[in-house]
Parts: sequence; C-alpha cells; structure tokens
Amino acid sequence: MVRIGAFLVGLFFAGWLFISFLIGAVAYVSEPPVPTVEKAFHELPKHVAYSFDGPLGHYDKQQLQRGFQVFKEVCSACHSLKFVAFRDLEALGYNEAEVKAIAKQWAIKTPSVDPATGEASTREPVPSDYFPKPFANNVAAAAANNNAIPPDLSLMTKARHHGSAYVYSLLTGYQAQPAELLKEFPDAKTPEGLHYNPYFANLNLAMAPPLTAEGQVTYGDGTKPTVDQMAQDVSAFLTWTAEPKLENRHRAGLATLIFLLIATGLAYMSYQNIWADKKKAA
Amino acid sequence: MSFPWAEQYTPKNPVMVWIDDKLPLPRLAYNAVGAGYPVPRNLNYFWNFGVLAGLALMIQIVTGVIMAMHYGANDLVAFSTVEQTMRDVNAGWLMRYAHANGASFFFIVVYLHIFRGLYFGSYKAPREMVWLLGLVIFLLMMATAFMGYVLPWGQMSYWGAKVITGLFGAIPVVGEPIQTWLLGGFAPGNASLNRFFSLHFLLPFVIAGVIILHIWALHIPGSSNPTGVEVKGPQDTVPFHPYYTAKDGFGAGVFLIAFCALLFFAPNFLGHPDNYIEANPLSTPAHIVPEWYFWPFYAILRAFTVDFFFVPAKLLGVLAMFASILLLFFLPWLDTSPVRSGKYRPTFNKFFWILVIDVLILGWLGGAPAEEPFVMMSQVAAAYYFAHFLIILPLISRSEKPLPLPGSITEAVLAKYGKTDGATVAVPAE
Repeated sequence: MVRIGAFLVGLFFAGWLFISFLIGAVAYVSEPPVPTVEKAFHELPKHVAYSFDGPLGHYDKQQLQRGFQVFKEVCSACHSLKFVAFRDLEALGYNEAEVKAIAKQWAIKTPSVDPATGEASTREPVPSDYFPKPFANNVAAAAANNNAIPPDLSLMTKARHHGSAYVYSLLTGYQAQPAELLKEFPDAKTPEGLHYNPYFANLNLAMAPPLTAEGQVTYGDGTKPTVDQMAQDVSAFLTWTAEPKLENRHRAGLATLIFLLIATGLAYMSYQNIWADKKKAA
Repeated sequence: MSFPWAEQYTPKNPVMVWIDDKLPLPRLAYNAVGAGYPVPRNLNYFWNFGVLAGLALMIQIVTGVIMAMHYGANDLVAFSTVEQTMRDVNAGWLMRYAHANGASFFFIVVYLHIFRGLYFGSYKAPREMVWLLGLVIFLLMMATAFMGYVLPWGQMSYWGAKVITGLFGAIPVVGEPIQTWLLGGFAPGNASLNRFFSLHFLLPFVIAGVIILHIWALHIPGSSNPTGVEVKGPQDTVPFHPYYTAKDGFGAGVFLIAFCALLFFAPNFLGHPDNYIEANPLSTPAHIVPEWYFWPFYAILRAFTVDFFFVPAKLLGVLAMFASILLLFFLPWLDTSPVRSGKYRPTFNKFFWILVIDVLILGWLGGAPAEEPFVMMSQVAAAYYFAHFLIILPLISRSEKPLPLPGSITEAVLAKYGKTDGATVAVPAE
C-alpha cells in the first residue's frame, strides 16, 4: 500500500516536472531569453592587492590613516559611518589626544539637547560618540542628493561581493558610456543625473565621481595622492570599519590551528595505539 | 538494551558506589557512551558524524547562549546589537562567526550522517525508529536554522522570512490567515522577530531531547556497520570506550580544524553580503536566496512553473518541497531489500551515486538565480529526486540480485587485514 501510494506520488511529481521542463524547453528554444544590458556590460571588480589579504594579512596603519583622511575630506560629506565611534580610531595608530582632537574638530556636530531650555541643539563630538550622520534623516538625505539616499559605509565592504575590491573599482570605474552599449541597447542611455559605472549592479549610479583629481587630499606622510591611491586607501579604511577585528581573528586563528594540528596528531596516535591489536590479522 | 557480553559498570570508589546506589547516572553514561556499549569493530569514518553532529550542537548552544546575552530582539535594534556584539563585546566577533559558521558545519556533518544512513541502509529494520527520530531532528534543525537566520535582521533575514512564511500563504483558503498568524502581522516585523527569537532559543533544547531518544532507540538493536551484517558474537564488537571514543577524538580534531579554518580565515564565505545591509521592507534584493543548506529544497520549490489544472504552480512547489523531506519518513518501507549495505547492492549502488550527484546539482541550482536555463535543469534534477525514492528504489529492491555477503563482521575484518582462510567461524549470539 505504501509502495503503491509512493509510486503514484512519485509518478505525479516526476511526470509533472518533466512536462514543465518540456514546456519550458519549447519556450526557451522558440523565444530565447533576451540579453540584458546589465548582463552584457556589468563587470566584476578589478583585482587589488591589500596588506590584509590572505590568512596572515594585517592592516597597514599608514594606509588606514590615509583612507580615513579621504573619508573625512570626501565621503563623510554625504555618507554616515554609524557603527564606528571616534574612540575606535585608536586602532589606526592615533593616540588618545589625537582622537580627542579629531572628534572635537569634526565638521558635523553630534545632536544634543540644550541643557538650559531642553530644545534640540548640537555639541562637539567626544571620543565615545559614534560618527555623527551628515543628514538628520532619510528625507533630508534624499532631498539633498537627487532623491538617492547615500548608504551608511560602516559595513559596505562586507555588504557587497568582493567588498574591498568592489569599493575600489567603483571609485575608479566611472567612464563615458561605451558606444557599443548604445548601439546594442539604444534604450539604455544613462538617465540625466546618473553616472555610468560598469562596476555598479545596474550600471547607472546616482553618486557623482567622488575622486576626480590627483591631489584632492594632501597626505601627511608624503604619499602621492593619485585617484588610484586614494581609492585604494579609502577602500582599505572601509574594510577596517567593516571588520575591525580582522587582525585579532587572524592571530587567534593561527594559534588555534597550530594547537588543533598538534592535538589532532596526538589524538590520531592514541587512536592507532588503542586499535593496534584490532587492526592486524588474527 | 545491550549485548549479553557488554562490560558491566562496577564502581570501586565509595563515592561512586554511593551515587550509583542513589542515582545511577554514571551507569547510564557508561552503558550509553562508555565501555558498556559494545559496537561493531568494523565501523569506517562515516560512523564519526553522529558524534560530530552532537559536538556541533554543543558549539551552537554555547555560542548561541552567549550571543543571546548581547542581542536585542526588537526590529529597531536587532541589527545594531549584532554589530555591537561584533565590535564591542569581548570575543563577540568569535561568538558570532562561530555561531554562523557552526550552523553550516552542523548541516555539513548531518548531511554526511544522512548520506551514511542512506548508503549503508541504516534506516532498515530493526533501526526504523532511529531513522525516523533522526528525520525529526533534521526538521527541527531546519526550523531552528531558518529562524536563526532571521535574527540579525539583515536584508536576507527579512526577505527570507517573507518568502518562507509566504509558502504557507500558497495553501488555498486558509493560507493567508496562517501566514499572518505565523508572522504576527501582514509582513515580517517586531512580532515575528520576537517569536522567532523565542523559538530559536527553545528548539535546540528540543533537538537535544530528541537526540536522547535517537540514541536510546539506537542502543536497542545496537549500531549498524558497513557490511550491514548483524553482530553475531563478542568477537564482532569492541567496547565504545576506549575504541570509539579514541576514534571520535581524532574525528573531532579533524572537524575542528576544518571548522576553525573557515571561521578564522573566511568567516563570511558561506554567508550572503546582503545580510550586512539592514532589513528594508521597501527594497527587495535582486536575488532572494536562503542559506546554502536549504538550496536543494529551494530548487525543488522553484522547479514547479506550470499550474496543474486548478492547482497553482506555487502550491505544487510547496507541496513538493515538503514531500521531498517527508518521503524520507517512508524510506524503511520503500526499500524492501533485505541487504542493508550499498556495498553489496550493485544496482542500488549506481542509482545511489546518481542521486548524490543529483542532489549536489539541485544544491547548485537552488543558489542560482531563478532564470533559464537553471529552471529547466532543476526540473530534470527534481524529477529524478522523486523518481529515485518513490519509483526506482522500490523497484530495484525487488529485482536486484545482491552480491554475496560476508559471513560475519569478524570475517569481513579479517579479510581486510589479510587472513582469509575461513578458519574463523562465527559464534552465534546467545
């Protein structure tokens, strides 16, 4: 009875799937799927070599400081960094006094309450504050940015495939729309107010190219601030904001694996030892 | 519930004698996972995965309880409390990554455990109840994993919850009220998050309870073995401790090496980047995919694209997806071959490996976007899945001519280690 029932159920599911397959196959052959402009022109991120790549990778503090400078002078005008606090910057090699000064001089003030009147006001950030947001709310952000809300950058490099390389590629990937694209897809012209970038999922991005010219920031350590360099540095900085414990993780991982390899080797030997009399011909 | 030659628990220390007299818990442990449990001497490494699944559950419970201390089950703060755990809690990043990757490793070892059962016929009499309880554990794991994935309240959490509860919405007439009832609202929200957290905390302990039943049911007939030939006498078994505790110790080491390699050096490899974006009901991700361990079932769900007369394709997909798991409950009665081990079943063996490849393909397709040619491929692969269990397996178990079985476990072991003169005669169990 069970087997007859199973046979009928199996016949139904397998049969109907096969019929669905035939219907789909006929449709696929008679009307092949039309290629989309995204499929044809979207590009995977470029390859970039970072100091934090690989199982023993670590952050280059100089690079993170440069990246922070790019964030501070360029990105932070529109993008928030809500999961990072000023105090976290000590991991970049700044001392307590420097962090305090960075917080105090930050262009955007922290929302507060006037102690005398209770009315909303602002105050200078202190190290324990998270980075203040550039816009009071999403409505203000959209209104100031051609209706696109600049996303928070704290986790950006973990929220995209190939995150760090993606950020770098996006920042350096702005270009004029290729002529062959318009020839193949005449309707796909980049709309007014958007910017063509093959590394962006749908190719047209609301953000105007943020890094446009060499020397846009002046690095304190003498590194030449080319667009490519700035993009690498800020993508490294944003990797740190997304994964601040990367170095702890790599260090702990190395120690754990060494311990486990030794422990497992010992476990294997004791296993062989205990089984010695059972694993040979009697 | 053991063989008559099992070693007996005889405490020597007066404290242990006193405890044994009042509450024989050490005796229970001794008989369950100690020297008092005789186990076939020929188990291969596939028999390690039961213990490893238990270890994975322990890891999940320990890391999960710690995570819960820092988690806020509220849709306004859930995402940021998880982030704060990663950043500001001592070793919080370790707990979070261990818990997220631990779920994946739990499924890896359980899938290998199920694979072992399928190939070596562990589901057959007299171990049907062990198999059925194992499937109950599997279903509980799936529910727990699904609800756990919702808790960080990222984009995939939110939209995954919406899609999976939407499956119930496909049921005619009562579907939509059921979906609303499950979610506590018309869309995933704070009510859903709270109940998922509550159940996600509860279910692992239910799993632990069913594991006790699973082991209890196993100890009545005793463990199966790669030959599928039952234990015939004391020469066929070794005490669980120290023989299999030592082997499981080594297995646990290998498991932890693989687990830690991923956890420390590629912790986001198995995750989806979209879950690092906070849940946004107004923005649908381009491709909504569950975690990898659900992909084969997700592929079956999406393989149904054509309505069957008045039955909509979506409902068919939902029924098929549930059926793809529920049919495993009938397996002991679908496969009627008296031979357990796939080693001695030449026809079964071929179809079994086709099934393994088929499920891997279904897994790949479940993670692929829902477009052609993936949908067509998943239709063929899903059709084979159902045909294998419901049509092919019952048929071959009737017609197949099995290879000669070894006379006993000991005979098989001695053949392997070079003594085949047939001098060993099995001593029948009393």
